[in-house]
Order: sequence, then structure tokens, then C-alpha cells
Amino acid sequence: MALLEVKDLEVNYGLIKAIKGVSFEVNEGEIVALIGANGAGKTTIMHAINGIIPKARGNVTLQGEDITSTPAHKLIYKGMAQVPEGRRIFQELTVFENLQLGYYSKKGKAEFEEKLTEMYEHFPILKQRSSQIAGTLSGGEQQMLAMSRAMMSSPKLLLLDEPSMGLSPLYVNTIFEMIETVNKQGTTVLLVEQNAKKALTIANRGYVLEIGKMVKTGTGADLLNDEEIVKAYLGG
Amino acid sequence: MDFVLTLVNGLSLGGIYAMIALGYTMVYGIAKMLNFAHGDIIMVGGYTVLIFLSINPILAIVASMIFCLLLGIVVEKVAYKPLRGASPLAVLITAIGVSYLLQSLALIIFGAQPEYVIIADLGVLNIGEISIGYNTIITLVSTVIIMIALTLFVKYTKIGRAMVAVSEDKDAARLMGININMIITITFAIGSSLAALAGVFSLLKVPTITPTYGSMPGIKAFTAAVIGGIGSIPGAMVGGIFLGIVECICNSIPELAPYTIAIEFLILIVILLVKPSGILGKKRREKV
Ligand SMILES: Nc1ncnc2c1ncn2[C@@H]1O[C@H](COP(=O)(O)OP(=O)(O)OP(=O)(O)O)[C@@H](O)[C@H]1O
Ligand SMILES: [Mg+2]
Repeated sequence: MALLEVKDLEVNYGLIKAIKGVSFEVNEGEIVALIGANGAGKTTIMHAINGIIPKARGNVTLQGEDITSTPAHKLIYKGMAQVPEGRRIFQELTVFENLQLGYYSKKGKAEFEEKLTEMYEHFPILKQRSSQIAGTLSGGEQQMLAMSRAMMSSPKLLLLDEPSMGLSPLYVNTIFEMIETVNKQGTTVLLVEQNAKKALTIANRGYVLEIGKMVKTGTGADLLNDEEIVKAYLGG
Repeated sequence: MDFVLTLVNGLSLGGIYAMIALGYTMVYGIAKMLNFAHGDIIMVGGYTVLIFLSINPILAIVASMIFCLLLGIVVEKVAYKPLRGASPLAVLITAIGVSYLLQSLALIIFGAQPEYVIIADLGVLNIGEISIGYNTIITLVSTVIIMIALTLFVKYTKIGRAMVAVSEDKDAARLMGININMIITITFAIGSSLAALAGVFSLLKVPTITPTYGSMPGIKAFTAAVIGGIGSIPGAMVGGIFLGIVECICNSIPELAPYTIAIEFLILIVILLVKPSGILGKKRREKV
């Protein structure tokens, strides 16, 4: 049984059919990359899974439990956390308060401190900046914060929507290292990325999305060597 | 000496405006709507005090706060919640409808003649040449306590933090596990019980009430909220106090007194022209 299973998903924006019947799965322990051009529908799929936008058809299960119509705010209690596109950290709050909100669904002061220490070890800069207003962080620091905020709830499944967007190569590496680390520590990852090469390099499997449809799937290595993929997404 | 008295009165009137303005601003921040029925909650609170006054004044105040708290929750659930996601205009018109409904109900139950609601005769405090009503002092002290408490609540409690998160980014807040509906309910509950309290303090100043009792303070407090920066809690406090002081100063100058209300709205217009987001308001890019 897959950890996350998406079946025949369809999403419409008014009359526009953005997702036209997409199925895929993420198994426990995997990193699965979802790649595709701008406007292919990657973010739409993420938002449909987490209940931020309604699904026109299809269903989603998490650990076998049907979460198709579970309200967005309940999913984190079921072990699913997300770094949304564009980070969406709380700009007016401090770094520390953002991390507290990441822990909103959890209880226990000692565990909170433990998690906090863990995040600060991953990203020491966040510790230095803990009382800084998050909106004043640099883009890369904000991305680290968004990532840490999502990890505060110790999710089983982490959805990442373009975590490296707008970052310089050094920051991109830091973020990808973090993804690999949390995965090794037991978090399953669904990763949407523009940086297809890097994503497929760390992914166990990948799916290729083209205007609302899945056109290809395979192991990360297979897709990296696929001629069409290389042409279309890897600048080959 | 007269000026000191005017200032003290202004601070206490401003405190009342601030208490009401907090309701407008918090609801706007969280639910992104202008609750034009908020002023009428003050009126309902006043009549509730009237009903329970014969038993005990303190009980009457507590009953008024509880009743308004529940009324705020019910109004939100019945009138506004079904319109989540509807056009702002539809929500605004509904709020105006709720306002007329509450006023009409009061008219049917209590009639149009003013009722006297004398909660307590508190007397005056004489310091040298100045005599200040104890009601003014109590209003002032309560305002300060409420503002401090609310600020601490928002800054240091889990619910308070969730409120800030919701006001900034609803979807991101949901991803954290925050139940938006619950936060909106709490916001209406806090705002409405503060409105009831504002009604009590107004009645301590002038002990008469009619079904339209809440309209003027409601509009003034809304003005205060906009002047301070709608959506901002410190803004509502600053705006309320500012407007109260302006009102008392204008009223104390015979040549200006007839134009007090006009001057207050003129200030609103000027501030909107100079700094549309209000004194403490932040310019926030609206996300789609
Ligand atoms: N709120 C919306 N209303 C109407 N159409 C939308 C809306 N959001 C997205 N779309 C459309 O749906 C399609 C898929 O958008 P989506 O944001 O999911 O793409 P994406 O794969 O995440 O792209 P990118 O790589 O640029 O982030 C696009 O054609 C987009 O224009
Ligand atoms: Mg996207």
C-alpha cells in the first residue's frame, strides 16, 4: 500500500480543465519528483491534494485512509505537511513564531524544544535570526524557514513545491541536502521542481506532467537518461 | 486646568472608541469583511444591561458581555459564514441588513422612546481644582487593562498567534493545522464582548439608550479603525484614542463644537489621502 495515492484526479478552474485525470503514488520512504513545464499543473495537484482547492473528480488516500474531502487544516494532524509554492512564511511574525506555528498541530513543550534544536542544527542561520521578523529574511533564509516550519510537525509525508525557486546555487545545494537528510530520517517526500536535473538526481522515482496529464514515469535515473526528457527539461 | 480635564475626558472617550474599533479591525483582519452590524451590538449590550440591572449592576454587565459574545457568534454563523468566498459587496449588504434587523428588533421590544440605564452613580474625584468623574477614571483604567491583555493574548498565546497567521495568509495558516472557522468565531466573540463593554462605559457617561444607540459610536469607531489602519490592533487603539481626544477638544471650544463630527470625518478624509493604509496600517499586497 502506497503512503500517498492519487487516482484519476481532475481539477478545474471555472471552465478551464487544469488537471485532466492524473494518477500516481508515493511509497513509504521514497523521494518522488514531479516535473513539468510552467503551467503544467504541478502546483494545482499539490493544492488539490492538501484540500486548498476543490477536486472535480478522483480520490486521494493517505496511508489507506481516504482524504479526498478532508478539510485542509486536518491533514497535518494525519502526518502530511507542505512547503507551498512561494514559501508563504508568515512575514509579520518572527522566525521563532513561524516555527511555533509549524508545531501548531502538536503538543508537548519538551518535544517542541527538541524539534527546534534539530531545525537550528540543520540551519544555524535560523537560530541567529530567531527573533528577526521573517519578512526581512533573504529569499534563501525564508526558504530554509519554510522547510523547517513544515518539518516542525515531524510529518510522515512532506510535499515540497519548488523549494529551490529563486535561490543561488549554494542555497539550492543546502536545500537539497536537507531534503535528502529528512528523507534518510524517515520522511517521505513528494517534490515538485523546476530544477529537474537535481530533483531527478535525488529522487527514487519521477513523474512527468504535461498540460494536466502524466506523460511519463520511471526511476530517477531512467528519466535522467531519457532523451525526450533531456531535451525538454534538462536543457540537453 | 480645563485642558487637562478635556484631555482626560478625551482619553476615556477614546478608550470607548478603541474598544469598539478593536472589534472592527480584528474582524476585518481575520475575516476580511467590514462588519457594519458591530455598532448595534453595543445597543444590544445596553438593553441587556437594562434588563438585568434591577437584579445587580455587576451581574448586568457580565450578562451583557456574555449575551453579546453569543450574539456575535450567532450572527457570524447565520449571516456571514454562508457567504464565505462571496463578493465583498454581498457580505457588506448582509452586514447592513443584520444592523437593521437588530435595530428593528430593539424597536419592537423596547419602543422608540429613550430608556434610562443608570448602572451606578459613581461620583467625582476632586484633585485640587479638577474634578473628574469616577466613571471616566474607571473607563480609562479598564481600557488600559484591556489593551494590554489583548496585546499579550495576541502575542503570547497559541490562539493569538493563529489569529495573526490567519490574518496574514489563510491558506498557509490552514496548512499549519489552524481551523479558520474556529479562529473567526473566537474573533467575533472577543469583538462583540468588547462592544458590550464599550456600551456599559458609554452608559456610565450618558445613561440613555434608544434602538439606534450603537450607530454613531459604531461609525466613529469604524472611522477610528480606518484612521489607525484597519486590520491593525495597535492601530485601532491609537485611532480610537486620537479620535476621542479630537472630539473632546473640539467640543470644548465653543466656535468648533457644532462642527465636531464634520471635523472628525474631515480628518478621516485627510488621512486617507495622505496615508491610505492609516497611521499604523501596513501596505499589504493582496494575494489572489
Ligand atoms: N486560480 C487560477 N485560476 C485560473 N487558472 C489557474 C489558476 N491557478 C492556476 N491556473 C492555471 O492552471 C494551470 C496550471 O497551473 P499551476 O500553477 O498548477 O502550474 P505549475 O505546473 O505549478 O507551473 P509553475 O512551474 O509555473 O509553478 C496554468 O495554466 C494556470 O494558468
Ligand atoms: Mg507551480
